[in-house]
Amino acid sequence: MIKFSEKQLKIPKLMRPVYLATVGMSKFDRAFPETRTEELCIDALTAAADFVKMTPSELKKYIHTCYYGHFADHFGDQLLGEAVIHDRLGLDPLGNIGVKTGGATGGSAMWEAIKAVASGYSDCALAMGWERMDEVPTDEGNHLISAAADKDWETPLGHIYTGYYAVMAQRYWKVFGKEEESFRKTMAEVAVKNRGYARMNPHAHGPMDITVQDVIDSPIVAHPLRVLDCCLMSVGSACGIVCDEKTAYEITDKPLRIYLGAGSHTLRVADRRDMKIPLLPNENKGQYDDLGKRFPGGDRYPGFSSFLAARVAAYYAYHMAGVVDPTEDLDLVELHDAFTISDIQTYEDIGIRPYGEGRDYIESGDAYVINPNTKKPGKLPSNPSGGLIGCMHAVGATGLMQIAEIGYHIWNRWDEIHEPIEKWKAFGREKPKDWTSLQVKGAKRALAISHAGVGSHVTCTILMDPNNLIKED
Amino acid sequence: MPKTEEEKGFVEVINGRYKPRGKFHIIEANQPIFDKDTGKLAGVTNPRDMTYIHSYGGEAIFFESLGKGKLMATRCDNEKCETRGSIYQPFRIACPDCLRKMTVIDMTEKARKTAKIHSFIITHRSGAFNMLAKPIKFINVEFDDVVTILMSYLSVGEPEIGKRVVPIFRTKNPTYTITDLSFVVENTPESDLPEGFSY
Repeated sequence: MIKFSEKQLKIPKLMRPVYLATVGMSKFDRAFPETRTEELCIDALTAAADFVKMTPSELKKYIHTCYYGHFADHFGDQLLGEAVIHDRLGLDPLGNIGVKTGGATGGSAMWEAIKAVASGYSDCALAMGWERMDEVPTDEGNHLISAAADKDWETPLGHIYTGYYAVMAQRYWKVFGKEEESFRKTMAEVAVKNRGYARMNPHAHGPMDITVQDVIDSPIVAHPLRVLDCCLMSVGSACGIVCDEKTAYEITDKPLRIYLGAGSHTLRVADRRDMKIPLLPNENKGQYDDLGKRFPGGDRYPGFSSFLAARVAAYYAYHMAGVVDPTEDLDLVELHDAFTISDIQTYEDIGIRPYGEGRDYIESGDAYVINPNTKKPGKLPSNPSGGLIGCMHAVGATGLMQIAEIGYHIWNRWDEIHEPIEKWKAFGREKPKDWTSLQVKGAKRALAISHAGVGSHVTCTILMDPNNLIKED
Repeated sequence: MPKTEEEKGFVEVINGRYKPRGKFHIIEANQPIFDKDTGKLAGVTNPRDMTYIHSYGGEAIFFESLGKGKLMATRCDNEKCETRGSIYQPFRIACPDCLRKMTVIDMTEKARKTAKIHSFIITHRSGAFNMLAKPIKFINVEFDDVVTILMSYLSVGEPEIGKRVVPIFRTKNPTYTITDLSFVVENTPESDLPEGFSY
């Protein structure tokens, strides 16, 4: 049984408030055979400059240190790829560092940038992420991804990461989903929603107008996961620039407050030991005493069915920002929907629903921009970007894309990024005739989860309009 | 095309250093990549054929024992450790709490008597360099009194949560990798085991 000390559970404190001043992202796609990675990074930084009506040269003059998220060096046969990008962005001789935490790399790059500003080391820091997974044959790519598992104990078993991950899905499916057809449909609803939202996003690489039955009929990957339950594998870049208060207001008249908590758990699921469920602010002591009774097999926490790292990241971030109940206190979320089922697991880990009841977030309609049951705005829309399933999963960029997307809603500028026909044309994509704004009206606070693999690293970023903070500094 | 015996690379440790012999890479020239529509150059291929040399360190006894038909685990025996007595499978060298080197124990019998499936997945997909037959039946195996859950693969039978399984070992021509350990459902006749494996 693992126990945490009080010192380990200390709520992180930023030495001064940190603000998100601007964000940007490139087009995302499965492959860019005629584009170098640096071109995509330049696109993202240029978009961030455009967003605050500056030239890239003007914006760069504020940047003091740089934090680069690029996970899979071995895909590109290029070590120190960060130095290549840093040079091509014309940011030498500023200090820079690479950050690698699997699928959470984007969130972790932002974590480092925030700490640099909070500590006073920098007044303005760049967090930029990218990934390039299109430049090896697919089976070799599968091997390279499996190298993110334990090379002695897991990788030789098939060289296929999905296999190491899907055993967790299987356990959740059996224990908490009870193998019910209705739960299978709820999983599919996540894919339908996110791929549908991606249709309104010109940056997205996997938009689809599909039905629940399409998902259930799609080819099997590893039971219960089918092709349309799984995220995309993408190429692209995204960035965010964080500052102290004074610098932030020099760049823009509307910066957003940013908080971030991070957690971790074992690289191998095999190494997870049992523990008591750490409680979030909206949960009560004893609430889960009968969890194993209600869901036989569900008494082993975190077991294979929960992501402890997500829970711990949310624990730190909620206490930092004063969030008590995410559904009440926040206006939207962008979650790491690597698979439909892991998306549902995350609803529980971050307290949107109690453990065992994640499916209700979808079934109630709360997770939609417009609740399909009531036809009114959903209580806490999830992944209007399309998420990893519909928009992209360019690993190092993903967490930063999510932060950018929730920012656009709070800035009330989502339409400006997603609507212009010129952008659809420039990206070579056809704007749907039924294009609809997904701007969450009146959004003031939002959250983004960046998550690695089987849950080895997770970050929880919270953005707030500075006039709508929950907690006084 | 597999390498001939002469082309294979071998490594020994001599006087505390790795001593490679044989061929470790075969050089292959790069090729241009053209856009079929425009005829213009888009990039180049960069072929690589490399061999990594890797130490098992304190886990070597685990991998060596598989070929001898034994499943080794570790147990923390530090009297001052708050999780003393915990048994770990996967075998880990040091206790995750006190960081003391743990005691190596033979848990073959425990595995034979108590192994059961915690979760599983069947996949028809694999990555490059996979040596296992497809479909691969991944299983996660729990044992009595062991605090962790081992990942392995089922060679005979159909996986099911809670089903009893028994370890088998590649004792003939072991590869000294984790694939030398597999499981079969209880009561599988020895004659049904895959080539090279025994109970």
